[in-house]
Amino acid sequence: MNSIKDRADLIAAAAKKMGKDVFKDDLVKNSTPRHDLQRKSGKVVTLEEAIKKSGLKDGMTISFHHHFRGGDKVINMVVDKLAEMGFKNLHLASSSLIDVHKPLIEHIKNGVITKISTSGLRGDLATEVSHGLMDEPVVFRSHGSRGYAIATGELHIDVAFLGASSCDPLGNAAGFSMSENAKSICGSLGYALPDAKYADKTVILTDDLVDYPNQLNAISEADVDFVVVVDSVGDSSKISSGAIRDTKNPRDILLAKKAAKVVINSGYFENGFSLQTGSGGASLAVTKYLRQAMIDKGIKARFALGGITSHMVKLHQEGLIDRLIDVQSFDKVAAESLMNDPMHKSVSANEYAALLEPGSATHFLDVVILSALEVDVNFNVNVLVGSDGIIRGAIGGHPDTAADSALSVIVCPLLRGRIPCVVDEVTTLITPGSTVDVVVTEFGIAVNPRRPELKKRLQDAGIEIVEITALRDRAKSIIGEAAPLPFGDKVVGIVMNRDGSVMDVIKNIAD
Amino acid sequence: MERLRRTMMFVPGNNPGMMADAYIYGPDSIMLDLEDSVTMAEKDTARLLVYNALKTIDYGDTEMVVRINPLNTPYGKKDIEAVVKAGVDVIRMPKTETAEEVIEVEREIEKVEKEIGCLGRTQIMAAIESALGVVNAYAIATASKRMMGIALGAEDYSANLKTQRTPEGSELLLARETIVVAARAAGIDALDTVYSNLNDMETFRNEVEAIKKLGFDGKSIINPRQIEVVNEVFAPKEKDIQKSLTILAAIKEAEKKGSGVIAVNGKMVDRPVVLRAQRTIDLAIASGILTKEDIQ
Repeated sequence: MNSIKDRADLIAAAAKKMGKDVFKDDLVKNSTPRHDLQRKSGKVVTLEEAIKKSGLKDGMTISFHHHFRGGDKVINMVVDKLAEMGFKNLHLASSSLIDVHKPLIEHIKNGVITKISTSGLRGDLATEVSHGLMDEPVVFRSHGSRGYAIATGELHIDVAFLGASSCDPLGNAAGFSMSENAKSICGSLGYALPDAKYADKTVILTDDLVDYPNQLNAISEADVDFVVVVDSVGDSSKISSGAIRDTKNPRDILLAKKAAKVVINSGYFENGFSLQTGSGGASLAVTKYLRQAMIDKGIKARFALGGITSHMVKLHQEGLIDRLIDVQSFDKVAAESLMNDPMHKSVSANEYAALLEPGSATHFLDVVILSALEVDVNFNVNVLVGSDGIIRGAIGGHPDTAADSALSVIVCPLLRGRIPCVVDEVTTLITPGSTVDVVVTEFGIAVNPRRPELKKRLQDAGIEIVEITALRDRAKSIIGEAAPLPFGDKVVGIVMNRDGSVMDVIKNIAD
Repeated sequence: MERLRRTMMFVPGNNPGMMADAYIYGPDSIMLDLEDSVTMAEKDTARLLVYNALKTIDYGDTEMVVRINPLNTPYGKKDIEAVVKAGVDVIRMPKTETAEEVIEVEREIEKVEKEIGCLGRTQIMAAIESALGVVNAYAIATASKRMMGIALGAEDYSANLKTQRTPEGSELLLARETIVVAARAAGIDALDTVYSNLNDMETFRNEVEAIKKLGFDGKSIINPRQIEVVNEVFAPKEKDIQKSLTILAAIKEAEKKGSGVIAVNGKMVDRPVVLRAQRTIDLAIASGILTKEDIQ
C-alpha cells in the first residue's frame, strides 16, 4: 500500500525535520477574468497612498531621475505633495536638477528639503544654492559615481519616485510606450535603474498605465512596490532642450572640424572603434564630420555610447555604427530608436560608467569628445561652476568617460565673450588633468604632455599643436587678467571623485 | 611666397566679438568695415573699436584691411588717421570712381605716415561700384604705387546700371572682365564682389568657379562658412601641381648651370609659365595639399 494517506506519517516527519508545515489543500481558485484581475493589482495606488505605504519618514532620502530634462514634471509634483503632507528634513537625491526645478527653492526655505545629492544644478535653484541657500552642502557625483554609491549603500535611498512613459499594473516600466494612449517618451531610463534596484521602496509614476505585460520594460516589476497614474510625467518636446544644441554657429563648426581631425589622426580611428560625444553644440557636431571620414575610409564603429543623439542614430541606421548603448536619450529621435531597434540598447548608470563595475561600457570606450566650461594649464576641467563662481552645469559622465576612454578630447572655445576658457586654474575641479588628453580650441590644439606618442601622431598628420600655456596667454592678451571672485567662507557644494573620495568643495559666492 | 587673396572676409567694425574671432577661420584677408555696416550714430565708436582691435588682437599673418568712409563724408579723414596709426596693412576705398579720389586718399595717408614716421607702409585698394568706376578702372588701378588691388562692388553697380543681380550674373560680366584686365595691366590683384545668400552654397560655388575662370585672385566673403568653398575652388589640381613642380625644379637646375631658357618635355618654358607654376605651388601650400618641406 502506498497512497498519500499511507505516506502521511512520513510526510509529517519530513516536514518536521525540515522545519516546514505539511501542505493543506484549502486553496480556492480566483475565477476573475485575468484581464480584470491584473487591473486590481494592489500596487496601483494614489501618490498620497504610495507615500504613506512606503513608510517614508522625516529625514529620509528620496530619489528621482532627470530623463525628461527640461520637461520633467515628477520632481515638482512629488515634492509638492510631500510638502502638503507635512514632511520635513528630506534628502533629495536626483540624477540631476535643472531650471524647471526652481520650485524646490521654496521647499528648501520651508525645511521640506534640507539636503541634496545630484550630478548637476542649473537655473535659479543653482544660483540660490551658490549664494548659500542651504545649510548642508550639495553633494555632486558623476553618473557612474552616483550609480555606484547607490549600489554600495554609500547613497542609501529610502523611497525612489521614478517617472515612466508606460507601466503595467505590476510595475514593469519603460521610458516609452507602445500603446495608442502614449503621452510621453524619454527613451532610456538608465539613471533610474540603480534607484529602482536598490531603493527600499520604489514608486513608479506613469501617464500611461498599459495592460500587463508591458514589453521592453527597463524596470522590472520585481523592483517596484507602487504604481501611481498621473496626468503627465513630462513634456517630451523638452528632452532636447537645455544642454543639447544643434549648431549653425561657425565657431562651433570650426571646433567640431578640428576635433574630428584629431580623432581621425589619433591612431584610434579604425574598424571596430567605439565613440561617445558629450552634450555641447561643438562636441555633438563632431559626429557629423566623423561620419564623412568613416564613409571615405570604410571604417565602422562597434558601438557609440552615452547620451545618444539623433546624429548617432543616423550613423547607426547607415550601418556605420553596429550598436548604440544608451544611458540617456538626448532627443526624441534617439528615444524612438531605442523603442524600435533591438541593436539600440539601454544600460543602467552602473553598466554605463561605474569605476568598479568591470563591465561598465566606459571601460571599453576608445574615444570621447567632451565640452568644458574651463580647462586649466594642467588640463584639469570644470563643467560645473561658471567663471562667475555660480553653479551652472552638470558633472554628467564627464570624469567617468575621460578617465576610462583611450582618448579624451575636450572641445571648448578659448573665449566665450569676455570669459576665458583656458585659465591658470579651474574654478572647481571636476575632471582631473591626468585623464584629459587633448584640448581643442579655435585658436589651437594642445596635447597633454603625458601623451607624447599622441602628440607625435597628430603632428605627423600635419596638425599644428600648441602649448596649453600659449592658449592661456592668448586669452589673457585679449581679455586681460580677471578680477578674483568674491567667494565667502561657507561650503555650498562638495565634489566627489568617482572613487568615492572628496575632490573639491564649492564656496558660496558673495552678492 | 606671394600673398594670396582668395578670401577677404567682411567683418562689421562695430562688433567686437566678430572682430576678435575673425582670425580663427583662416581667411587670407580680414576687412574690418567702418562704412556700410556701421550706422551714422556708431561711426565714432566703431572707429575706436577697429583701432583697438588692430592694436591689441594678434591676427598672425592675416592681411588686415579696413574699409573707410569716403573722404567727402565727415568720417573719412578720421578713419584714415586712426587706422594708419593702428598699423593697418590696407585701406579699402568704397565707391571709387576716379584716379583723383585715390590720389586724395594717398595724400591723407602720407600725412599721417609722416607724422608717425612710417612713410609708405599703408597700401590702398579701391572698390569699383559704378559705371564711371568701371570706365576708369585702369586709371584707378594705376593712380598710386600703393595700389594693391581693385574690387567689384556689385550691388551699387547694378543699381547704377539700372538693372538687378541675377544668379548667372550676366549684368556683371563686362565689369568683371574690365576689372580683371585693368588689374592685370596695372600688375595688381582683382577681387570679386560678395555673394550674400548663405543658404545657397551651390550657386555660391558656381559663382566662385566662374570668377576664377575670369582671372580673379579671390572673392569678398561675408561669412566664415564661405571660406572652405572658395579655398576648394581655388585649390590647384594634382596634375597641375606635378607639372608646376617639374617646371620649378627645371628652373632651379638651369639657374645652377647659368642657362636662361629651359625646356620641359620638349616645350620652351618662359617667364609667364614660371610665374604661373609658382602661383600654383603657393596655392597648393595654402590649401594644405603641399607643405613647405615638400618643396625643399
